Amino acid sequence: MTGHDHDHSRTFQPDHAEPHSDGARVGLALRELLIEAGHYTPEEEQAVIAAMQHASPQDGGRIAARAWSDPDYKARLLANGAAAIRELGYEIEPYEFTVMENDASTHNVIVCTLCSCYPRSLLGMSPAWYKSASYRARVVREPRAVLAEFGVELGDDVNVRVHDSTAELRYMVLPQRPDNTEGWSEEKLADLVTRDALIGTQRILPTD
Amino acid sequence: MSKPWGPHDLGGQDGGPIDLAEHDTAYWEWQIDAMVRLALKKGLISDFAELRDGIEQLTAEDYANCTYYERWAKSLAHTLVSRGIVSAEQLAAQVDAVRLRQEAEAR
Repeated sequence: MTGHDHDHSRTFQPDHAEPHSDGARVGLALRELLIEAGHYTPEEEQAVIAAMQHASPQDGGRIAARAWSDPDYKARLLANGAAAIRELGYEIEPYEFTVMENDASTHNVIVCTLCSCYPRSLLGMSPAWYKSASYRARVVREPRAVLAEFGVELGDDVNVRVHDSTAELRYMVLPQRPDNTEGWSEEKLADLVTRDALIGTQRILPTD
Repeated sequence: MSKPWGPHDLGGQDGGPIDLAEHDTAYWEWQIDAMVRLALKKGLISDFAELRDGIEQLTAEDYANCTYYERWAKSLAHTLVSRGIVSAEQLAAQVDAVRLRQEAEAR
């Protein structure tokens, strides 16, 4: 790889990192010092990592499927996302959680322009592009152009709403229920839901 | 457009096409993530705002050149050194030890 390519990839793909970088060494050294001083143990570290790896977009899918299947639940979810999500037994961090509903005339998409806030405790690790400088910079200014890069083509009759997350407020998109899914079980519906649909960089959920 | 607050204030700036490649989180990145969460849980830092504040103190060059978890690592290091939980000398010595170990492993 040329020097230029390397710089570019580091700027725009900020998660592809090697443990030999200066920053990684600082992190690994700090970790060793904290463990050595007894601030935490490797077992505690393991438990935290396992818990983080457990969260996945399937959890968001189950919540969407419940909302599609139960209008009362959907009303509660849209009114107070955090409370309605905890109602289903999910533990989420103590921040506000707002769920934005897509419909025929509205498309929602989430970002965190200032850092990379993401509903991690519900959806798992965020994709690299969500943390990238390009996504954070551009989606608030030219959301239609950005969405087109993800393959989302929106007609002029669809309003786009971009939601900028913060440390205290996280968002999730409730995608539109696909047509021709009348009578489907919640489990089957949940399987249709993708990570990108919950972020808003996918609009149509294929049913086949 | 108004002047950005700092290198982290990217909203509305120019940017190239978005690289849609998926990636796996490296194990050392999970370890940094866990370290920050445990530092919070154990009261070594007071909240995530403190981590973010440390990231926002990075120079523009550091911000642009560091990967996501490198920024976390540098931010937490900055905070814990300034709080006296580890000393700058201790940290520098341990960074050297990590580097020497990695170089030995690579041979």
